[in-house]
Amino acid sequence: MMDSYFWLLSLLDSMFRLATPLLLAALAGFFSERAGVVDIGLEGKMLMAAFAAAATAAFTGSAGLGLLAAIGASLVLALLHGFACITHRGNQVVSGVALNITAMGLTAVLGNAWFEMGGRTPNLPATARFGELTLPLAETLRGIPVLGSFYYEVISGHNILVYLAMALVPLTAWVAYRTRFGLRLRAVGENPAAVDTAGISVPALRYQAVLIAGLLCGIAGAYLSTAQGAGFQTNMTAGKGYLALAALILGKWKPVPTLLACLLFAAADALQTRLQGVVMPGLGEVPVQLIEALPYLLTVLLLAGFMGKAIPPKASGRPYVKER
Amino acid sequence: MHAVTVTPAPHSAPKPAHEWAVELVGIDKRFGPVHANKDVTLRFAPASIHGLVGENGAGKSTLMSILYGFYQADSGQILVRGREVAIKGSQDAIGLGIGMVHQHFMLVETFTVLENLLLGHEGGPLLAPAVARARKEVEALERTFGLEVPLDALVSDLPVGVQQRVEILKALYRGADVLILDEPTAVLSPPEVAQLFRILERLRAEGRTVVLITHKLKEIMAITDHVSVLRRGAVVAEFATAETNRQQLADAMVGRKANLEVEKAPAAAGPVLLAAEGVNVVDARGVTTLKNASLTVRAGEIVGVAGVAGNGQSELLEVLSGMLPFASGTLTIKGETLKAGSAYDPADARRRGLAHVPEDRLKLAVVKEFPAAQSAILGYHDDKPLGRGWRLDWKRVTAKTAELMERFDVRPRDPSLRTALFSGGNQQKLVMAREMEKEPDILLVGQPTRGVDIGAIAFIHKQLVGLRDRGKAILLVSAELDEIMALSDRILVMCDGEIVGELSAAEATESRIGSMMAGVSAGEEQ
Repeated sequence: MMDSYFWLLSLLDSMFRLATPLLLAALAGFFSERAGVVDIGLEGKMLMAAFAAAATAAFTGSAGLGLLAAIGASLVLALLHGFACITHRGNQVVSGVALNITAMGLTAVLGNAWFEMGGRTPNLPATARFGELTLPLAETLRGIPVLGSFYYEVISGHNILVYLAMALVPLTAWVAYRTRFGLRLRAVGENPAAVDTAGISVPALRYQAVLIAGLLCGIAGAYLSTAQGAGFQTNMTAGKGYLALAALILGKWKPVPTLLACLLFAAADALQTRLQGVVMPGLGEVPVQLIEALPYLLTVLLLAGFMGKAIPPKASGRPYVKER
Repeated sequence: MHAVTVTPAPHSAPKPAHEWAVELVGIDKRFGPVHANKDVTLRFAPASIHGLVGENGAGKSTLMSILYGFYQADSGQILVRGREVAIKGSQDAIGLGIGMVHQHFMLVETFTVLENLLLGHEGGPLLAPAVARARKEVEALERTFGLEVPLDALVSDLPVGVQQRVEILKALYRGADVLILDEPTAVLSPPEVAQLFRILERLRAEGRTVVLITHKLKEIMAITDHVSVLRRGAVVAEFATAETNRQQLADAMVGRKANLEVEKAPAAAGPVLLAAEGVNVVDARGVTTLKNASLTVRAGEIVGVAGVAGNGQSELLEVLSGMLPFASGTLTIKGETLKAGSAYDPADARRRGLAHVPEDRLKLAVVKEFPAAQSAILGYHDDKPLGRGWRLDWKRVTAKTAELMERFDVRPRDPSLRTALFSGGNQQKLVMAREMEKEPDILLVGQPTRGVDIGAIAFIHKQLVGLRDRGKAILLVSAELDEIMALSDRILVMCDGEIVGELSAAEATESRIGSMMAGVSAGEEQ
């Protein structure tokens, strides 16, 4: 009994760790897509950021500087995306894919050139990473059954970025639904012409949204290489940007449901590592490949209509052109 | 005529401080090779309703977009209350008290009415205090101008007439002193038009200036104080409304004697060619969009279907033409009866001698990017003379199109020109030519003159009457009541997916049809 409870706690614990980059990227997507700019380049921005964070932390020994570098690198890509899609009204999907390919190639090439470790960056010492924080009273309460151990195992003991990501969910909801900026952001994704005729600049609003997406992807990337991991590995995002987009769709472009979708995917991912090698009654050992496909299968099944129709922001993907 | 009583200017409005509310002086604007506005000078008097008429592409909308800051004029001046101003964007226009109600509403459908009103006029970074303040102000405006709008409803849940009131309210909330309305009645039923006109009169009485852009001359005569006529980008005539008439305005719009009346002899109706009996259509959401529709169309008659857009007329056309399946009921085409679930599609319909000119030309009738010749054979590309085996013979297709263009006066007569580059009227003539070319026994026509200029309207009407006189059956769906009344031998009225009444041409009056369209039963009339 106690054993399975601790098994569950450790599952939940890793769920939060795995959900963090997904959540940050999904919130990035939230800002961009609610403003009407499709962001398939979450993946590329995260990857570039992960590399910038690891490389900077390796050179300077500072996780904080790594985070700044990650945000900077991601913002550069976000600006490029904005320049192509907002200023030049390019195709948003093409621009996003181009960013992803660029990030994949550039990180590998620079990594090889600077560190000569086959695209990886050196292993970071604990001082150059975001360490785990023990929340107040965690040790004291640890002994208390059920709630105390839940607090110690699941709530406490994460790095600062995990807490930041979770705090960003209510913050995002507040910004989107309670502020002038949020009202305009949601309006520009639904009907940019209404925003334009109200005398508000559509490009300026969309640039702001795209830059916020860049900022959040930067944090997500830094998390991957300097908090969850201890260095950069080639293509270490491994589709998390796409999974974040799927979570955003599953969450119907709303902050809290998107959080739940991220947690669901992360739970599937956490379960996946725990199911490998387990013998299921009647099935024998479940093939590793099938288990690894679990989060993706779940995505496909859920997106295929189990969750009702997800209606995207009406103007997303469409460049704004004043009509004659 | 709409049930509107007009108080002619002058009236007892507050004495304006300036002679003109807005003056446009020598406005000139080009879009590449298109000279949209040529040295236009217009002056709008305060506390008046000024009509602006002209055919499609005459430059009305461009001119008003310049005033609203959507475009900048290449040259010319704008004066507001006697002072020269530079309007570089909508924000400037709003600041000067100029508001605009666009033809396609500029509303965020997923927002509430109040959120739409707030957008761009929030007055602070947080919404909560702004919402409370706006609610008070807007309620005061609603009372002053008689604009009833549910403030907390989602815009997408509101009928078009109410959405339009939201647009007017939005402009007033942003401080509009001059209100421009672009084709505001296109989407309204006659009672809604009457209600809109009462609001406009109220605005005038409160000293605001209204600029009404329309192509409906009746409305100009009914409500405006002054009227300016634009043709090919230039002002060609200006009148005090009381001193002009529809014919004079129409002549000025087209630049020659315009034919407003349709000449037609009484119908000689023959056997029933098309009949529907208890037809129901259920859409993907499970909503019954066409309820128990029964009708007959005889050889040699035009049956008109009147109704506000979106009340089941589109579904009626689509089910009769084989585009939509029906859930129950029967269709009888030239004596052959089809039940729900019978194989019937548009190709089948054509083989049976039923042709269809769809309501939405660009979505359903032509492909904008195709050359005219390819648009002119859509649906008929299997016809023997156009192909050789599985191939199309482009020479024959082009020759065929040239012939159609000649017969239906499509200009320019160039089968290789992209469909999008023809004017609305010429696109429509091309579609009419395609569908009428084989002398179909039954013709379904939807909105035959939407976005079509006056000259082409007369031509299209003549073709339809001609087909009727050759003993064919025609079902005409139109949102233009005048058109329905001018062409139809019998009139069906639709409301909320149902055919709610039938009138003979002799019985039909605008007010009778109008109240049936609005869902008022005969007993409640007046």
